[in-house]
Amino acid sequence: MVAATAISAVPVEGHRLWARLCHWLLALSFLGLAFSGIVILMAHPRLYWGEVGNAMTPAILEFPINDNHRPEGWERAVVFDDIDGAPVSGYRMYRIFNENRWARSLHFLSGWILFLAGAAYVFAGVATGHIRQNLLPRLRDLAPRALWSSVTAYARQQFRDARIGPPYSLLQRLAYAGVLFVFLPFMVISGLTMAPTITAAFPVLLDIFGGYQSARTLHFVGFVVLFLFLVAHLVMVMLTGFRRQLRAMILGS
Amino acid sequence: MSKRLIHRRAVIQGLASSAGLMLSGCAETVPPTYGNLLRMGDLLTYKAHRLLLPAQALAREYERSDISAAAAIGTINPGNSAERAFNTEHGPVYERIFGDKFANWRLTVEGSVARPGAFSLEDMKRMPSRTQITRHTCEEGWSAIAEWTGVPLRTVLEACGIKPSARFIQFYAYDNGVGSIDMIDALHPQTILAYGMNGRDLPMGHGAPVRLRLETQLGAKSRKFLRRIVVLDEHDADTFQQIDRGWAWYMGI
Repeated sequence: MVAATAISAVPVEGHRLWARLCHWLLALSFLGLAFSGIVILMAHPRLYWGEVGNAMTPAILEFPINDNHRPEGWERAVVFDDIDGAPVSGYRMYRIFNENRWARSLHFLSGWILFLAGAAYVFAGVATGHIRQNLLPRLRDLAPRALWSSVTAYARQQFRDARIGPPYSLLQRLAYAGVLFVFLPFMVISGLTMAPTITAAFPVLLDIFGGYQSARTLHFVGFVVLFLFLVAHLVMVMLTGFRRQLRAMILGS
Repeated sequence: MSKRLIHRRAVIQGLASSAGLMLSGCAETVPPTYGNLLRMGDLLTYKAHRLLLPAQALAREYERSDISAAAAIGTINPGNSAERAFNTEHGPVYERIFGDKFANWRLTVEGSVARPGAFSLEDMKRMPSRTQITRHTCEEGWSAIAEWTGVPLRTVLEACGIKPSARFIQFYAYDNGVGSIDMIDALHPQTILAYGMNGRDLPMGHGAPVRLRLETQLGAKSRKFLRRIVVLDEHDADTFQQIDRGWAWYMGI
């Protein structure tokens, strides 16, 4: 009963100061990134695959959140008819929603905070052994049976008396380590793949993601995953005592 | 107690003087920014890119078969007084020179150069040219691939005898557009003054007769409809136009 012991009540220990600081900086930067990211997406709410995607090419996903894509709002012109496939040009005849002036700057400022807080967290986490002891799932826990019993324990809501802070249950370890070591780095790298200066220096990024537009699409997919994590995280905080958990993440225990 | 106070005062003085040093040291090379938090993030991004990335790395170039449909946004006719960025002084001039197929168009180069000059379209087409098939990436989120032909900016600057004190190159367009770039981008081999697109003369919507192609930054920095280039030792009041409208000066990301 590995999972049962992992989530059973043991005396409260709480969160260390550096972990709390990094947690709130990461939370703040995530909110800044998510908010500005949605505003940036709203300037061109269409997603594509490959290197190229614009109002003249088909999208794989289109968000009908505003008027920014109206095919009838474009004056199309075939000005390069001597080229195979005759690429069209087009002139936009209307103004779009675009708040990227501040949204882009807020996105990158938040990105810097995320990067620095994340790096500080990993540094302190390695130095104190927190990551090895508390965040990385133990190999034996990853056996299908242990995994299953952990999931069913959550499904039966056997975490009502969950302790504050580590040790964490298997699902917590998977979620936290997944966010820290898989999804946040994925977001940083797919985000940087959209930067022309970065891909000039590291063109291999375009190969890894399959192009600028693919990186943009996957950046959005990564956001959806992180947003779902945030929802699950908040639900778990509420189910295990919102005030108690919030106090512990601010004051330590 | 008093010893401690003196110590503290010394520390403060030390900090103040080193901040002063940083300010004076930065005056030459720091791009224009607001003092606000968002612009400080942009400045950090610029500094980090210039410090960590190879200066002359080439943006990816594509095959002719990769050329795609391309949207033309922003000003599409500087001679049209209904355009948002219509310039009452230079818009009518554009209308006239467009009428005689740019025979009377001249690109003036002035500022920190030994031999200020004025280049006609024929002059530019006689200079050594460069053709590149690159991706245009818009801050809105769309992209397009096109073939661009033009004179490397470096060739034009050297023909005018650019002085070693030069730090920024500022571009003036027939619409209200003004923009500047640093010397790393100005001397980049792919930074060209493009007069051809997809094997043809540059169409009006894409910036006829000559536009800047700056492949290491987002499309907004590649000014269309050029009329004047000024070589600057330090940024001047016009440099702030882009920032006053809220945009970051550096768009390598």
